[in-house]
Amino acid sequence: MRAANVASRAHQGSAWFDVERVRADFPILKQQIHGHPLVYLDNAATSQKPQSVIDAISRFYSTDNANIHRGVHLLSQRATDAYEGAREKLQRFINAAEPRETIFVRSATEAVNLVARCYGASHVGPGDEIIISAMEHHSNIVPWQMLCEEKGARLRIIPITDEGELILEEYEKLLGPRTRLVSVVHLSNVLGTINPIKEMIRIAHARQIPVFVDGAQAASHLRVDVQDLDCDFYAFSGHKLYGPSGIGVLYGKARFLEEMPPYQGGGDMISTVTFEKTRYNVLPYKYEAGTPNIAGAVGLGAAIDYFEGLGVENVIRYEADLLSYLMESLASVPDVKLIGTAPHKASVQSFSVAGVHPHDIGTIVDEHGVAIRTGHHCAQPLMDFYHVPATARASLAFYNTFDEIDALVAALHKAIEVFK
Amino acid sequence: MSYFNELYQEVILDHNKRPRNFGELPGADSRANGNNPLCGDRLTVYLKLDGKTVTDVRFKGAGCAISTASASLMTEALKGKTVEEIEHLFARFRAMVTGKTSLAEEPAAKLGKLEVFRGVSDYPVRVKCATLAWHTMLAALRQSDETVSTE
Ligand SMILES: Cc1ncc(COP(=O)(O)O)c(C=O)c1O
Repeated sequence: MRAANVASRAHQGSAWFDVERVRADFPILKQQIHGHPLVYLDNAATSQKPQSVIDAISRFYSTDNANIHRGVHLLSQRATDAYEGAREKLQRFINAAEPRETIFVRSATEAVNLVARCYGASHVGPGDEIIISAMEHHSNIVPWQMLCEEKGARLRIIPITDEGELILEEYEKLLGPRTRLVSVVHLSNVLGTINPIKEMIRIAHARQIPVFVDGAQAASHLRVDVQDLDCDFYAFSGHKLYGPSGIGVLYGKARFLEEMPPYQGGGDMISTVTFEKTRYNVLPYKYEAGTPNIAGAVGLGAAIDYFEGLGVENVIRYEADLLSYLMESLASVPDVKLIGTAPHKASVQSFSVAGVHPHDIGTIVDEHGVAIRTGHHCAQPLMDFYHVPATARASLAFYNTFDEIDALVAALHKAIEVFK
Repeated sequence: MSYFNELYQEVILDHNKRPRNFGELPGADSRANGNNPLCGDRLTVYLKLDGKTVTDVRFKGAGCAISTASASLMTEALKGKTVEEIEHLFARFRAMVTGKTSLAEEPAAKLGKLEVFRGVSDYPVRVKCATLAWHTMLAALRQSDETVSTE
């Protein structure tokens, strides 16, 4: 049996990925929940943090804390170096051409709002169209909807197949002379689908249409190279990438970031202010008004160091084995239906159990120490497409094990037994 | 069943599997829709009233075991009660499921079968599931109150 082969290979551990050693880096994983070892399978909601990230934040506040870009004193210099050093790490991580194209924001959500507001202000008018897909997270729907409402523009939706793949022929048909932007998710937080965004960007660019990519899930599970993708914008959150919450990244091509108006006004985003006229600062500061989340950036930089230290390719390979074991294990449970079965997938599996509401599943597996997400996953339109009010979702990280998937399945059997 | 759980009492599992008073109520005087956007639970509560007294109540919809069983047991508890009695009952029910026991444990606070939801107080995120049907029913009641008062 294939599942068994995959399992035994990984249960023995492997030369290229020692999961037990990795787990030791995550203090939170050592605890018991309701008397069982914690099995954390809600990584798409947020990931856990390695000790090195926790230490980096603590060290920053213990030794380097000051405001940035302002003081001549040594601490301010150290804080500025730490913050800008983190920016350079992130630039390298996504292979942006220059650090100034890497803007620190609060989250992926803020990045979408920033672009919707600032790009929308100068490029979108009545009758124009913005294209998103049927599998978007609310944060990649609502800001565009707000923009369209304000401007009298129209939101168009790329449809998906039952397996959870975008229908590319329909996508091509949607692109037209009024299309001002395409915004699409790289890796779906509900279906686990990896969308062919490089191809989609090529198609849009052939018509001079820019593309925004929601990389909130992808940044922690795929190799992201913004120059290779040639995307115009790319967004992700630190907290899903083993870093702290309250910090995220907006990548934008300098040419767009230069021409767009600023997002918020305040300190740091200006070069000179008089009461008559303000000159805006250069990139990236133009979009970073006020004192930013300095410690958050430092923590995210430490998370990138940690993640790259593991070897992103190793992580991808290990998680692919885990995901196929998860899918096979879930599919073997009677009455379980997998939601999201695209051929090209990573890290996420949604499912439903006939006759048992996802909430009840979530509560019972939690009693066995297993944390999964149940609900609509901030993707209500997608729930409507599958005619379900909600799903259960297990989402993986590299610190998960094959044994943990067995624990989920055992807990699921218990839940089903209760409601049979 | 070997499994015992404070939350999923036998009565709850039974009402989830075989909800009572389930389906539309032809000739209802009032109805209201309730939904719990976080879980995607949706239900409709139908009421028949004679003056201030509920003479019949039914519900329809889909939700988790807690919300379905709560709706089902609620319909059984309401028939023949006045609006005032129902509001008192809900206050005590809510006190019980939110763990504000001083109110729920008053001698007058006999909740009868609804006692099976006491375990919900250990699961704060499930309080909404247990009270969805009640909030929906109260909306239906008040809506009819309004029509009553404008007559
Ligand atoms: C695909 C996707 N996009 C955007 C977001 C929003 O991320 P955040 O809440 O960190 O801004 C999420 C988070 O769940 C997500 O999964």
